[in-house]
Amino acid sequence: MSSISGIEPVPPKPLVTAAQLSVALPVLAVLLASAIFAAFVALYGQNPATVFGLIVQGGFGSSFAWQDTLSRAAPLVLVGLAVAIPAQAGLVIIGGEGALVLGGLAGAVVTLPFAGAHAFPMQCLMLLAGALIGGLWFGLAGVLRQYRGVNETISSLLLSYIGIAVFHHLTEGMLRDPASLDKPSTHPIDPSYMLPTLPGVGVHAGLAVSLLLAIAVHVVLRYTRWGFALRVVGGSARVARMIGLAVNRWIIGASVVAGGMAGIAGAIEVAAVQGTANSSLIVGYGYSGILVAFLARHQPLAIVAVALLIGGMQASASLLQRRLGLPDATMLVFQGLIFVCVLVADAIAQQLRETTRR
Amino acid sequence: MSVPQVELRNMTKRFGANLALNNVSLLIRSGTVHALLGENGAGKSTLVKCLVGFYRPDEGHIQVDGREQRLNSPKDADALGIGMVYQHFTLVPSMTVAQNLVVSGARLPAYIDWQSELRRLTEVTRKLPFHVPLDVRVSQLSAGEKQKAEIVKQLYLGRKLLILDEPTSVLTPAEADEVLGHVRSLTRTGELSAILISHKFHEVRRFADDVTVLRRGASVRTGAVADLTDDALAEAMIGEPVSKMVPHAPRLPPKPNVILSIRNLCANGDNGLPAVKDLSLEVRAGEIVGIAGVSGNGQLELVEAMMGQRDRNGTIAVSGSSFNGTRREIARLGVYGLPQEPLKNACIDRMSLAENLALRNFDRAPLCRGIAMNYGALVEQAERLVAQFRVKAPGLTASMSALSGGNVQRAVLARELTQDVCLLVASNPTFGLDFVACEETYRRILDARNGGAAVLLISEDLDELLGLVDRILVMSAGRIVHEVPAESADKRVIGKYMAGMKAA
Repeated sequence: MSSISGIEPVPPKPLVTAAQLSVALPVLAVLLASAIFAAFVALYGQNPATVFGLIVQGGFGSSFAWQDTLSRAAPLVLVGLAVAIPAQAGLVIIGGEGALVLGGLAGAVVTLPFAGAHAFPMQCLMLLAGALIGGLWFGLAGVLRQYRGVNETISSLLLSYIGIAVFHHLTEGMLRDPASLDKPSTHPIDPSYMLPTLPGVGVHAGLAVSLLLAIAVHVVLRYTRWGFALRVVGGSARVARMIGLAVNRWIIGASVVAGGMAGIAGAIEVAAVQGTANSSLIVGYGYSGILVAFLARHQPLAIVAVALLIGGMQASASLLQRRLGLPDATMLVFQGLIFVCVLVADAIAQQLRETTRR
Repeated sequence: MSVPQVELRNMTKRFGANLALNNVSLLIRSGTVHALLGENGAGKSTLVKCLVGFYRPDEGHIQVDGREQRLNSPKDADALGIGMVYQHFTLVPSMTVAQNLVVSGARLPAYIDWQSELRRLTEVTRKLPFHVPLDVRVSQLSAGEKQKAEIVKQLYLGRKLLILDEPTSVLTPAEADEVLGHVRSLTRTGELSAILISHKFHEVRRFADDVTVLRRGASVRTGAVADLTDDALAEAMIGEPVSKMVPHAPRLPPKPNVILSIRNLCANGDNGLPAVKDLSLEVRAGEIVGIAGVSGNGQLELVEAMMGQRDRNGTIAVSGSSFNGTRREIARLGVYGLPQEPLKNACIDRMSLAENLALRNFDRAPLCRGIAMNYGALVEQAERLVAQFRVKAPGLTASMSALSGGNVQRAVLARELTQDVCLLVASNPTFGLDFVACEETYRRILDARNGGAAVLLISEDLDELLGLVDRILVMSAGRIVHEVPAESADKRVIGKYMAGMKAA
């Protein structure tokens, strides 16, 4: 038997490490998507340089632009987390939109019976109600997967449509404020319950909530036994069972927490921006969150950075429309291009890993 | 086309350093069923895969009706009328039997005239003894009907030499008799020759004309079934004791306290059928109990049911307390395992070597306080285990698949055996490992036993079992059918029980 003990290099080192690859790929994907987008706006007769200049200006060029960007980034961070947390357990849940709108609805109605109470407990109550309903909604997808073998990606997407339908049904029926004529809404929440503006930033406190939650998720996933166990479950359910982890509970638990994040995002939109639950909640934050999480490779802190980028892009959309007459959907096209490029980059990276392993 | 006589001569096939086939010759006479007997890994599948053009032999010739043939791909085999029915079904579940049969044709026209195809099909299948409903979706057929449909497909495609790879492993005894009976009658009437791969003696005896026994890649016995007794076949299959060095510490009388006690255990296989049937067994402290058996007789399901990976009925008790495989019970009762294919069944590939070494105790001090992980202690533990068990790896942060098979096994041994082991469940722990890693695994298992642990060793390698264990149980069709102390064990008797020749 060999007398050599301990660590010694066996296979040759690969050209790039996995860590380098995980940063390089999304960056390359965004660059590629930008190139295609440049060609797209050129077809519209616009100078791509002008367009990119306006995107930077509209997203990050002034304090007003930053406020807009940051208030958009707040829900994006949370729905990004809603994708990233189940991803640790090997799940691809993309139904953030449904959990977000139902969480918003719950937040909008939960304080209505309590007029004239102290603001802070009411604000907590709104976020908790959103978290609870969002968690239940994702929990359904987790339960269906573990006990009925239903693919969680499809069930969560379909549950999203059901959630939106339920939202419309309730805001246009039982929960409708008769005073909301052209835009069916719930009764407005007490103005004193609205989330305050962060001093010095000019953005609502929901931004702070989402940043704190992102840091908390980062710490839990990286530095606690819960994060470790979740990665074991995501790595191999078989091995997780062998070492005694209750796989069903971990998967459903991760789904519930993730849904909670999306639900809080909805409650924040109501409690800080809209003041009521109405169709303005359904603007696709849930779907943008999928892009955010994938681009950030499901890393909570990277999600914050990517949410800023995407938030800035969305904030600049109206500027593009006003200055250049580009259609409102232009930014959606850019987002879609980025998403496709990220998925392609992922697929290529997968192949690279497999060929280097041979 | 008449029924061919196929001869394989001096076939040799190597996979790397591993000699899978060693100078094997085989003659399938026209219009007969030729059985291939042998344990797992004896070379049966490799041999027939050469015959269907899936592998190319390193040496040897294949002659069909006296003419030399080169089989470079399954298409060549198809042209010669050689077809194979695989152990696992190859029909499209969402299509009807008729659709499956038609689309399986090699030369499918761009436009399919279903009316005339169906007429032709009915014509062909009417003459066959197999009755399979043509217009029913395959997903609605029973296992026996699917197997019949597979054979009908081969006959429809004009195959004259049919290779059946353990065709009855998924069938009930009645279905097996029917399917093989029809194959037998088709060969009798001169419409077919067949190769039957099996490890069940009674099937060979009832349905085959000739038999060849393979052992470790070599043909050890061949002849007409009628000329060979079961004893002779069992002896050929199991073989004389080989000089595989299995170190064995002097056997000590086991301590009286029962560690593992299984009562009336029942568990279903992945297909929903009972795989473990009302099984009871006991293992004492300081004792290695071996479970022998041909693979697929419920051993995998038994282990999974014990480790909490599979639903079950019946009671499993460790040191007198009920055991359901929760983390708390595992730590308290000291139940650890060495699964087969450790990379797949005991490691998380996307986590690092250091983290994999911590799977058993990541949530206990010193690796964890409250809920906070102490990664410094985790790395320290990994360094210690890697040095102690001589795991060679590119680094502690390397993923498990960067390690060689032997080193993955060392890592798993390090993780499992440095715990407070009271019961060790090892299933085919040396499968696919090289000699050095095997030897080390044996030594560690014996050390665990000598330290007072109870060991349950499930293995398909009878030599390994006889060398290591104190007591042998034979498992067949989900039950324990035979029990014998290792010193008075007779391989031939065990072989017969393994082959399902004797009932309990």
